[in-house]
Amino acid sequence: MTTSDESTIKRWRERIMLVVAPFIQQLILPVGAIILALLIGAIFILAIGNNPITAYIALLQGAFGDIFSIGETLEATTPLIFTGLAVAFAFRANMFNIGAEGQFLMGALAATWVGTSLELPSIIHLPLILLAGIIVGGLWGGAAGLLKAIRGVHEVISTIMLNFIAIFFIGYMVTGPMKEESALDIPQTAKMLDTAQLMKIMPPSRLSIGIILAVLVAAFIWWLLWKTTVGYEVRAVGLNFFAAEFGGIKPNYNMFLAMLISGGLAGLGGAVVISGLFLRFQHGFEPGYGFTAIAVALVGGNNPPGVVLAALLFATLSQGALGMQNVAGVPQDIVLIIQALVIFFVAAPQIVWAFPEWIERRREAAQAASEGGQA
Amino acid sequence: MNEKVPVIEMRDVTKVFPGVIANDHINLAVHEGEVLGLLGENGAGKSVLMSILYGLYQPTEGEIFVRGKPVAITGPKVAIEQGIGMVHQHFMLVPVFTVAENIVLGDEPITNVGTLNTAKAVNEIKALSEKYNLEVDPHAKIEDISVGMGQRVEILKTMYRGAQVLILDEPTAVLTPQEIKGLFEIMHSLTEAGFPVIFISHKLKELMEVCDRVTVIRRGKMIGTIDIEDASPQILASMMVGRDVVLEVEKKPSQPKEVVLEVENIHAVGLNDLPVLNGVSFKVHAGEIVGIAGVAGNGQSELIEVITGLHKANSGDVRLNNETITNHSAKEIIHKGIATIPEDRHHRGLVLDFSIADNGVLGSHDQPPFARWIQRMFDAIRAYADKFIQEFDVRTPNQEAQVKNLSGGNQQKVIIAREIGRKPDLLIAAQPTRGVDVGAIEFIHRRIIEQRDAGKAVLVISNELDEVMGLSDRILVMFHGEIVGEILAKDATEDELGLYMAGAKRNTPSSPKEVSK
Repeated sequence: MTTSDESTIKRWRERIMLVVAPFIQQLILPVGAIILALLIGAIFILAIGNNPITAYIALLQGAFGDIFSIGETLEATTPLIFTGLAVAFAFRANMFNIGAEGQFLMGALAATWVGTSLELPSIIHLPLILLAGIIVGGLWGGAAGLLKAIRGVHEVISTIMLNFIAIFFIGYMVTGPMKEESALDIPQTAKMLDTAQLMKIMPPSRLSIGIILAVLVAAFIWWLLWKTTVGYEVRAVGLNFFAAEFGGIKPNYNMFLAMLISGGLAGLGGAVVISGLFLRFQHGFEPGYGFTAIAVALVGGNNPPGVVLAALLFATLSQGALGMQNVAGVPQDIVLIIQALVIFFVAAPQIVWAFPEWIERRREAAQAASEGGQA
Repeated sequence: MNEKVPVIEMRDVTKVFPGVIANDHINLAVHEGEVLGLLGENGAGKSVLMSILYGLYQPTEGEIFVRGKPVAITGPKVAIEQGIGMVHQHFMLVPVFTVAENIVLGDEPITNVGTLNTAKAVNEIKALSEKYNLEVDPHAKIEDISVGMGQRVEILKTMYRGAQVLILDEPTAVLTPQEIKGLFEIMHSLTEAGFPVIFISHKLKELMEVCDRVTVIRRGKMIGTIDIEDASPQILASMMVGRDVVLEVEKKPSQPKEVVLEVENIHAVGLNDLPVLNGVSFKVHAGEIVGIAGVAGNGQSELIEVITGLHKANSGDVRLNNETITNHSAKEIIHKGIATIPEDRHHRGLVLDFSIADNGVLGSHDQPPFARWIQRMFDAIRAYADKFIQEFDVRTPNQEAQVKNLSGGNQQKVIIAREIGRKPDLLIAAQPTRGVDVGAIEFIHRRIIEQRDAGKAVLVISNELDEVMGLSDRILVMFHGEIVGEILAKDATEDELGLYMAGAKRNTPSSPKEVSK
């Protein structure tokens, strides 16, 4: 090979690295955290007398073994994408939205009402349901944002309180005004009308078109954050309140806006889950998507593509857990340990970073040695 | 003098941090009865070197000798035992304690029943303060005394613990000119009593005035030690920077035109509703630079924030080009034509985690050509960033670099580029060269004067009296939230300004025209 060939290759490699490197940088932390968590999880599996490799294979098969499992895993991913985006977006404005659960539930309730009490053609009914979820979820998040913006009420406190208000309000609605009239007297709403149900796209699984909507919304939020002045202002406020204010950005308005959008995303998630999966609101429906969302946002680096991948990861772990228990006889609680470890390592990045830094140091040392040799 | 054994000698001291050599074989010796200046730009390694001497860092290589004996200074306690006393730039005093209580803190004389022996403490302090001409009131509370006295308390504190050598870290930054003179007198009486003093500064004039010798370091390397008889500010500056530097601000006489900014009887309150601005009035004309001098904390910061819409004025009027902008939003005021270099670039000036390009459009990020509706126009943003990076000589690998990775001077250039780039009618420059290297200072000053020569109105606020005097055409002095004096810069002397700054003199401008024409 001639020298010019080599330099061309080198140039191309540099160009590719310039584009790819930032992505790899962002991936090192979560991927490293997952690997470390799986390794430590393996120790636990060994300790209870099982083979970790069999267990992990069973886990993967439980999540992706056939069309049905793939569909179910993706269906479990859908709400986590919405709530994960909600938490991530608020985080960008330096707002800690603990209330995605309440916003999700309120959105779900609003969607249920529209889906059970209005009779409309599907093409109007479905968008209306989703819109209802966005609006009511947005109001629920926006309320916390408004309290913060005008009275300085800390959003962690207000969103926790709003979660309780949502849960008890829903309890009242589901056992009272919205309760289905039937002989059985079950505390649940009526079933969503046929025009109010999202299309299934991967039978026999229950996967609905909601997953596609989720990915599209993630793309939209990515665009909003990185390509628009709205995202620029929200991020500026989140990173330096005072510099943003100095630059003519209204920090309080942007904190309110971030919570409004955050709540809207969670509420949309609630609407999608009701019209795509559960089809009615049952008393005691508290799936915890809004809380898992905090972990999803954290692992996803508060960045929409990362959130989609993290939501898939958490859905995979929870869907695969059952398979692992049935096939390999490993209790599914192990998965909770692995989830906790992933969160732990992402929250303590120094532990994960130690590895690439070690590799980098070795490479630098090797380079220095070879350069020293040449000179 | 050099024949004698130095009181403190640092020999070949090297300190390596991962990836950085902060001190590279530095030699420094201070003898009995002399003031040794330590000169270097920000980040040259002065603080690291003194921290090694005070035991806060351990040297990677090299030795420290105290009166000829090698010692290992493993911590500040050892340093104090060896008689090394350090006065930090920011005072380490308890505000609600008295002067005497602060001085004896950590080494208190105790009565038979175990309580603080105040009488003994006061007597010892009085003896010390008379001996070295360090006038303090032992019974006054720290929160009630002046900055100058606070500094004397800090010096007494080190003396009380038996200091033999005194290190003063940038001691003049917070003082009025009169207080600086007082400090220099104290330093003389200390050296006369045999104490050596190490004086850390980057103010060349002060070094020339008070030092016997000056040691210069640049980028961690020892440049040399020069006797003051052989030195001049010019020589010191080029030793510090490594090239010739223009120290004097060169500018043509101003040609003031119409009034651009008019501030009339502004009142405002700060924390706890305490008044911070008590009826401030002044005008700035197109084509002139008005400087506001004053000791930090006399309302200068609030004044800028009121003008720029970040702090509420309770009464009074701010007019730009004859249009009222009092208490308008920051955004409106920016678009009306005021650009501001804020006094603290990390607090107000920059979003440190944003790229240079993103910081470069802060404030005009939603205006064409940088945005169309809510869509940001990245071609325009990038082109603009590339242009100002070149024009303002911002040293960076590329415009995508996060601003937090730039040096202080380059960060400041990003702000100045952004603000001047707004093409304002009024440019406000608050502490425009704080924490910036000499080379960058020269550049920034030139840019500010260019704005004036282009017919803009410029308002400069600085704690550095030299800067105000060098840049301004007209100087206002602020004291306790009021303008207490107005002088044409060509007639101003440091002494006179100092009297105004200390509140000892007033000439309330009854008719500004009379003074400015």
